[in-house]
Amino acid sequence: MLLLALDTSAAATVALLRDDDIVARFGSADTRSHAEVLAPAVQRILADAGVAGADLDAVVAGVGPGPFTGLRAGLVTARTLAFVWGVPLHGVMSLDALAFDAAASGTLPAGSDFLVGTDARRGEVYWAAYRSPSGDTEQREQPELPELLDGPHVGPAAGLPKGLPLVGRAAGLYPDNVDAVGGFASADPDAASLGRVARLRLLAGEALQDTSPLYLRESDAKVPGPRKRATA
Amino acid sequence: MNAVDPGNPATTGGAPGPLILGIESSCDETGVGIVRGTELLTNTVSSSMDEHVRFGGVIPEIASRAHLEAFVPTLQAALDDAGVTLDEIDAIAVTAGPGLSGALMVGVAAAKALAVATGKPLYAINHLVAHVGVGMVGGTFAGGLPPNLGALLVSGGHTEILRVGNIASDVELLGSTIDDAAGEAYDKTARILGLGYPGGPAIDRLAREGNPKAIRFPRGLSQPKYMGTAEEPGPHRYDWSFSGLKTAVARSVEQYEAAGLEVPVADIAASFQEAVVDIITSKAVLACREHGITNLLLGGGVAANRRLRELTAERCAAAGITLTVPAPSLCTDNGAMVAALGAQIVLDGGRPSGIAFGTNPSLPVTSIVLPEG
Ligand SMILES: [Zn+2]
Repeated sequence: MLLLALDTSAAATVALLRDDDIVARFGSADTRSHAEVLAPAVQRILADAGVAGADLDAVVAGVGPGPFTGLRAGLVTARTLAFVWGVPLHGVMSLDALAFDAAASGTLPAGSDFLVGTDARRGEVYWAAYRSPSGDTEQREQPELPELLDGPHVGPAAGLPKGLPLVGRAAGLYPDNVDAVGGFASADPDAASLGRVARLRLLAGEALQDTSPLYLRESDAKVPGPRKRATA
Repeated sequence: MNAVDPGNPATTGGAPGPLILGIESSCDETGVGIVRGTELLTNTVSSSMDEHVRFGGVIPEIASRAHLEAFVPTLQAALDDAGVTLDEIDAIAVTAGPGLSGALMVGVAAAKALAVATGKPLYAINHLVAHVGVGMVGGTFAGGLPPNLGALLVSGGHTEILRVGNIASDVELLGSTIDDAAGEAYDKTARILGLGYPGGPAIDRLAREGNPKAIRFPRGLSQPKYMGTAEEPGPHRYDWSFSGLKTAVARSVEQYEAAGLEVPVADIAASFQEAVVDIITSKAVLACREHGITNLLLGGGVAANRRLRELTAERCAAAGITLTVPAPSLCTDNGAMVAALGAQIVLDGGRPSGIAFGTNPSLPVTSIVLPEG
């Protein structure tokens, strides 16, 4: 299975996966230049791998939650590529990629609950609660994915569920509010992990979501109130 | 990626002129247009205008969200309408600025993806110059752009007077608004008068029933200290300002209300419109006269305004300037204008912009096509 994955919910990341192998990966820590770096990264990765777009089995995009402008750059890129190449397009919730990384690292006890949290700016975090796989992986051909229990949500770090370890950049940003999972205090969703999540779901015959963005916030627009009348 | 060779039938399909697909997303219209040289094949537009009505103005975040949802469907519709495939396209052009940052970002990211997926060269172009470039298509100028050309652009996003030496390489900004765009002034005034959004058509309609001379509203930046003389121009000889006008309208309404009188909404609308149109046209014609402009193109969404067209025509005629107004669908923001300018840049031998460029919300008019970054 040949997948091109993009996630722009935090950093701009692109990965090409052949089955479980990461053929190539691009990541830019700059969170404000997604529209600049994404297309060159896709072009370079495919050229280096000698892969034509139409050879892909699917394009996979992280649908957030994440800051709006960067998120949209990734989604419109993924939609346009899939449209032109005529290949299937799938969405994966971006926090699922971080949850997968944490579960795969083996630092979380089997069957335990944990949080994933990323930077939502304005003093808030995007977060979701997961349960790590039960651990009886010997009988399985493929690793099991963490189970989403709650979310995604956006809100202040102080409002996170208490007593659960947290995976992701929110732990580094709000150390007073959460317990970090070791090694993941500055982690962002990554396209390579996102692609792996998509692949495991496809292999398991699960339906993936479309690429509707998870903004979680309304636009800041306010309907103007009626003008006050001057009175005599 | 290589530039398209306009003289090589192999790269232009043997037809007259290159086949260019243009993408526009600088404000609230998602536009995809396709031209073959100067022949317009499609001008497909999806507008989010209805979603902004309750806010009384364009909300950038709402416009950006709408661009994301509209892009691929608009692209598909444009290809169907033009009866061409992406394979046949010679090059892609996209608005890189000026405009709303988040909105521009969607069109630019989409255009780059399209360039990567198709392998076609991409030209990042200037939205304002595209408003002039549209004069090349749709039968606007039958014999191509005329000499001594100027352009007066009036819309919700901009108010500018340009001198156009060569559409692909030489455009100069003579004057512009220093605060609100004229269309914005219409929207804000319509809100004060309770006329809804968009303000332009509502005020234009009501103004017909009012007396344009009932109230003398200020003409911004018209004092001698701003104007100077032809020999020694002041700091804002060809510039406009509309923010004071909106305040004057609000004060006028308050005075009627404070006196317990009925607000003469039609008279205020007519007087407001007269103030806007008078100062726009007088300064535009002055700029034309002093820069040897004998052909003027009127573009932008407010070009549909009845009184603006009337007074511009009258004053141009008196000054010996030939006025041309493209069809309304080509005046408002659209992808065909981007494609039309792209075609002119290709025909002029312009180089593509690559795929690493960024958007520029305040792109100067002298930057017609971005160089490869
Ligand atoms: Zn415009």
